[in-house]
Amino acid sequence: MDTREATYAGLTSDGAPIRRPMSPHLQVWDNLLMSTSLSISHRITGVIVGAATLLFVCWLAAAASGPAAYDSVAWFMGSWLGYLMLFGWSGTLFFHLLNGIRHLAWDVGYGFEIREMYASGWTVLAGTAVLTVLVWIIYLVVG
Amino acid sequence: MSGTNTTHQPALRSALGRVRGLGTAKSGAHHWWVQRMTAAALVPLSLWFIFLGILPLAGEPHAVAVAWIARPFNTVLLLALIIAMFYHLELGLTVVIEDYAHSDGKRLVGFVIMRACVWLLGLTAAFSVLRIAL
Repeated sequence: MDTREATYAGLTSDGAPIRRPMSPHLQVWDNLLMSTSLSISHRITGVIVGAATLLFVCWLAAAASGPAAYDSVAWFMGSWLGYLMLFGWSGTLFFHLLNGIRHLAWDVGYGFEIREMYASGWTVLAGTAVLTVLVWIIYLVVG
Repeated sequence: MSGTNTTHQPALRSALGRVRGLGTAKSGAHHWWVQRMTAAALVPLSLWFIFLGILPLAGEPHAVAVAWIARPFNTVLLLALIIAMFYHLELGLTVVIEDYAHSDGKRLVGFVIMRACVWLLGLTAAFSVLRIAL
């Protein structure tokens, strides 16, 4: 038995051995709302935005390399797969950015009341939608 | 105990932990702090790049993009963006690997591969910007 497994070992009030629940106790947490789900989403979107830096690096490297390479990257960005990646990237980036500001506010001690936490959580979600739609309107109409 | 301000520290930190320089009193706080600093820097930098870089340049030919990157103001901000972005990414992925890789071997391999990828991407980006600008 490893140490991780050992922390699950416990006894019921009758003295019978029991496997204690995993902590954090997922069955009693408010999974659908503003604490747990946005927290893990912050990490997931962080990893996705990290992977999307590949697009950023490709764009810069192509620009440095010359017109032919730049045109190929521009062609890819304009393909349906390119659009899909850029759309996913914009949404996850804006979520991570806005929820990151929420985390920075927590780090300096603001917004810990439950009411405030819900308000900031919904603001992050609404802001993500607004910024993503705004960017794509500009991209498709102006660009 | 020697030193003036170590009355309760020995109970909290083992000698081995002190020698390795691990724990929140040393590099732990540094990691936390730099992650927040780079995060704060990335808020204006990424908004600048999206709204004043990507969007105006979308659909423009190579010459226009290169001219934009080569403008000194943009070159400096791009380099700042690249440094903050890849530093922040390295710190974030370090925590992810620490949380999900449960053996020292997996962690070591994970750290090496992750840092190699992050550094090579960051260097490629920075070199591209400098090559265009200089």
